[in-house]
Amino acid sequence: MTDAALRLDGVYKKFRKGELYDSLRDLIPALAARMLRGPSSGALAPREFWALQDVSFSVEPGEAFGIIGSNGAGKSTILKVLSGIMRPTRGTLHVKGRLSALIEVSAGFHPDLTGRENIYLNGTILGMTRAEIKRRFDAIVAFSELEEFLDTPVKRYSSGMFARLGFAVAAHVEPDILIVDEVLSVGDYLFQQKCFERMNEVMSGGATVVFVSHNLRAVSLLCERSLLLERGRVVTMGPSHEVIKAYLTRGHGARATEDKDIRITEVSLGPAGPARVEFQSNEVLEITVAAAARTPHEDMSVVVQIVDDNQYPVFNTCTQRLGAGPLALEAGETLRCTFRVQLRLAEGTYHVSAYLHRYVTDHAYERWLNAATFFVAGTPTLRGVANLAPTLTLCEKIPAHDSLAPVAAVHSNSSTAREGVAPPTTPPLLIQVQDEIPARRGGERHVG
Amino acid sequence: MARRDLLYMITWREIRVKYKQSVMGMLWAILMPVVIVSAGVVVRYAFSLISHVPLAVADVASVSVRAVPWAFFISSIRFATASLIANTNLVTKIALPREVFPVAAMLSQLADFAVASLVLLVFLAVLGVGVSVHLLWVPILVIILVVFTTGLGILLSAASLFFRDVKYLVEVILTFAIFFTPVFYDAYMFGRWEPLLMLNPVAPLLQSFSDVIVKQTTPPLAWLGYSASVALLTLTIAGYTFHKLDPYFAESV
Repeated sequence: MTDAALRLDGVYKKFRKGELYDSLRDLIPALAARMLRGPSSGALAPREFWALQDVSFSVEPGEAFGIIGSNGAGKSTILKVLSGIMRPTRGTLHVKGRLSALIEVSAGFHPDLTGRENIYLNGTILGMTRAEIKRRFDAIVAFSELEEFLDTPVKRYSSGMFARLGFAVAAHVEPDILIVDEVLSVGDYLFQQKCFERMNEVMSGGATVVFVSHNLRAVSLLCERSLLLERGRVVTMGPSHEVIKAYLTRGHGARATEDKDIRITEVSLGPAGPARVEFQSNEVLEITVAAAARTPHEDMSVVVQIVDDNQYPVFNTCTQRLGAGPLALEAGETLRCTFRVQLRLAEGTYHVSAYLHRYVTDHAYERWLNAATFFVAGTPTLRGVANLAPTLTLCEKIPAHDSLAPVAAVHSNSSTAREGVAPPTTPPLLIQVQDEIPARRGGERHVG
Repeated sequence: MARRDLLYMITWREIRVKYKQSVMGMLWAILMPVVIVSAGVVVRYAFSLISHVPLAVADVASVSVRAVPWAFFISSIRFATASLIANTNLVTKIALPREVFPVAAMLSQLADFAVASLVLLVFLAVLGVGVSVHLLWVPILVIILVVFTTGLGILLSAASLFFRDVKYLVEVILTFAIFFTPVFYDAYMFGRWEPLLMLNPVAPLLQSFSDVIVKQTTPPLAWLGYSASVALLTLTIAGYTFHKLDPYFAESV
């Protein structure tokens, strides 16, 4: 146990709602009380609450450890305690080696300084020496892809460039322990991939990683072990997939209500019987949505949407499109709809959101995001989101000399196609596009 | 090592940002001392009118010699007090040795102090102030001043994080402190009230600057010893308090 790279023992963290001290008049009794009781008192004063309670875990060197939980579960607090920004109220924290947090990687930037100057500034803020930065400077610049803008003040950067430079610096700190918080959502898709690769690189270099995220897929990909945090307490800890399953079955929906007089009362998954979260691909799933109105409402439709684990919509339908027409509810009435869908989805985790849509104004009365979650299993043959029911119709080997004729045919086909559609070099293509745009605009103007 | 580099970079940032996009550039470093000296000359001239003793060149030199360290002291305290709040972003989001902020604020002012001192050197030469063995006191005086300024700056930076009033209180005190500190006048002029003025730890230092550079005499050693002790004590208390309070910074901003 003493070999752990990171160990928390019975960590508690207390916060106070509202102002810390309103005035000197409040402070003096508070200080006196603190001196009498000692600083690490377990009792809660009025307005105080526990952000973390009895959190203990240890991470072995070289291990990747995930921390998941819904908003307000205490993830940010645990990050701040781990990175040393805050000290726990009670309990101990042992850190072996240099710890670096990929949190707020751009916080150290000064807007008036150039990219080059900020690399040095932010690098030292993140704990590197100037010599180290000098050594890694080229790598940082190459990673950020901002070579041309190095001598531009960062206040002229776009937010994406800003974040990229921040991550590029942070990614080169080379810590023993790396704490990562959602930074993978920085920049565009390609840059995210790069960050992901860099993290894998850091991990394969033997660093310990603590990954705090909402992105369950990323957690399950990166971390063998995880911990589920709920209201400041550790609910479960163990292999990531089990912890993620536990998290999902506890429900964590977010509601956005625009009209208090109508609400979605139920979003459940069937077929009827004991509640299920695990389904086979191609199985029939029933989604039941119920809503109750306190005042009359009309022109409604019920929308259900299935999103994948990255919140990307994979499916969406509604009562209107399915031919139910505009729905109306009188005061006190309840509406119940069941949608039956065939789960032509690939293996993975999916969430169901329900909306009460008012399509005349294109507004939602209420949105219940991620109201239910289910897992799809049983597609070892495919990956992605859709189960397009693949079968292999041909897979034969053609000996080298016999095959000349058919292969040549395929080749000549594809090469003529390529020549016909797009020119082989980029400049002509660019000119072509530029030519097209004014023509199209002119046409529109003519019509208008 | 990393900590020293951090302090270097933060100080460099303070200086760089101040001179970037500013028309006056280095002139900023001497603006404050020049204003103080001008005010001092006016005050001394008023004294001379009342006392019918003509304004001597030595008086102007004496005021200048005190104005430069005084300008360093008040701007350091002003910037150090605000330093943690100005860096809220870093204080709440990144784990780093936070004492670098008040110390860097002081160091960036020290750079201005150095520039202003060079100008002062030329000015004193023009006024015909000579060189003496007593000038060896100057580095010691500067060290004591830096130690006291650092300690007070660290203390006030932490205090202002918990109570926003501190910043305004400091502002008010700094504005009027010049009347309680022997910048424009000699503490010796006050006769038996002199000790009261000298209780201000900066007073013996300013008095000594004038004594060793302009009057070319031995500074008031007892008072200097007092200043040095207060300076060391302040820095010790500041360091201790700062580290005690440090864990609460992030949640107190």
